Amino acid sequence: MLAIRTEGLCKDYRSGFWARRTRVLHALDLTVEAGETFGYLGPNGAGKTTTVKILVGLVHASAGRAWLLGKDVRDPEVRAAVGFLPESPSFYDYLTGEEFLTYAARLAGLPRRLAREQIRGLLEVVSLSGARRLQLRKYSKGMLQRIGLAQALLGDPGLVILDEPMSGLDPIGRKEVRDIMLRLRAEGRTVFFSSHIIPDVEMICDRVGILLGGRLARVGRLDELLGTEVESVEVTAVGLPASTVEELGALSLVPPLTQGERTLFRLRGELDVDKVLRRVLESGGRVASVAPQKRSLEELFLAEVRAGTQR
Amino acid sequence: MRILAIALIAFTEAVRDRILYSLLAFALAMIGSSTVLVSLSVGAEGKIVKDLGLGAISLVGILIAVFIGVGLVSREIERRTIYTVMARPTRRSELILGKFCGLGLTLLINVAIMALGLLGLARLLEGRWSPELLPAILLAFVELLLLTAAAILFSAFTTPTLSAIFTLSVFVIGRLIGDLQTFAEQFGGVGLRVLVTGLSYTFPNLSRFNIAEASVHGVQLGAGYVLLTLLYGVAYLVLFLAAAMAIFARRDLK
Repeated sequence: MLAIRTEGLCKDYRSGFWARRTRVLHALDLTVEAGETFGYLGPNGAGKTTTVKILVGLVHASAGRAWLLGKDVRDPEVRAAVGFLPESPSFYDYLTGEEFLTYAARLAGLPRRLAREQIRGLLEVVSLSGARRLQLRKYSKGMLQRIGLAQALLGDPGLVILDEPMSGLDPIGRKEVRDIMLRLRAEGRTVFFSSHIIPDVEMICDRVGILLGGRLARVGRLDELLGTEVESVEVTAVGLPASTVEELGALSLVPPLTQGERTLFRLRGELDVDKVLRRVLESGGRVASVAPQKRSLEELFLAEVRAGTQR
Repeated sequence: MRILAIALIAFTEAVRDRILYSLLAFALAMIGSSTVLVSLSVGAEGKIVKDLGLGAISLVGILIAVFIGVGLVSREIERRTIYTVMARPTRRSELILGKFCGLGLTLLINVAIMALGLLGLARLLEGRWSPELLPAILLAFVELLLLTAAAILFSAFTTPTLSAIFTLSVFVIGRLIGDLQTFAEQFGGVGLRVLVTGLSYTFPNLSRFNIAEASVHGVQLGAGYVLLTLLYGVAYLVLFLAAAMAIFARRDLK
């Protein structure tokens, strides 16, 4: 079953004195399979948040249609099986974490006892049991993000939609959120999340979509998009004489990088690797590492952005 | 269930708002200080206290309805707390009704506190309870609910400042519409009469709800009048809330 499907989804916003119409989303066709972790990638202003807001019923589409778990997003009941975390979430300052989750559970229509059980469990999952009686205004940004994730998971939703879940977090906060997302993935839930932090997307996702200027530029499995071919090989050698570094520098794709005793070469193919390894050993040096480099999502993303700018 | 949850949160938010306590303290101080004037008017002590007291209930209630009412929806959007509320199976109409009920409950408790203060003071001065004030308090409360609905209606599509101006305009025009009609009938030309008739169909005639003077002076308006005014208020209230729901349902929560 498809967890998310959009057909020709468009969104126009009116702005300025003359209420001029600007199209921010252009005929978006997107599908996300159930159980998939899908990364929705794009620079700021690409239309990621607009797409997410249409999916969860906060914004109305100007044209086209969207379905979550087979039901039209215009039906509020569809959201009973969907969890949502908005970008930089903001909650009621004066409520405690537990009160806020109780409110969210009531809105989700959970029976009281089930709500209590789930709240207790989710506070454990997001490591906030100790802060459950603390008012939300005293929470750090990372804690707010985690309580936001907890509310998104109330009602045990099969589909979780997260808008920029790692944005603005420090490395520890990012790791905590990433671990929760990996856990959701392991539990077999569908996770759809937007982000512009590429390493996170690359680390977590089964499939990615790249949105540029309101249009879906690329979509597919990571291995399909990035390919399996080795693009280059990085060789690190130790203790090379300066003359050898200079000699082998001609084979390196970028000028060799020397730090202390170590020198890094980036080589095109296996033939060059053989040559370099042989010369390193002949000149009395040592090979510290040989690392094949595949195309990264970041490179693909930047290439798409450049191509999009030229178009 | 969802409406109740939203109402309780709106109520909690209002209760934690300092402006509420300032207004309540102001009303009770106003009712209390009316006893100072009593010494100036021999024989009409009770009437002065009741008159000022009913005025204070109405004035403070209006300030609460307008200034908390206009922020109910817009503040949720501004602070982005609305996202987690509306991304649930919550209907837009449930949010409007929940907010209305939350502020309605806040007003009910405040009016009850002020009314008890007034009735207690009147009893101290006159040595008896004054049940004749109850219809006036009831209608003042309905008027407050109507203004709350108007505040929510305006805040469903515009800024809190404009909403406050529009809601206060509804109050002023609504209170004056009766006098304007009389004036237009007696002295106005055709243009003024058409304008005033138009206004009277658009705005609720709020002077119908203000029976403080009659109650204080013991003029009996009858249960029929109170009931009819009650229904009149409820009709406008439903109309305002329905319009608020229709407008809010179309709004993008950006």
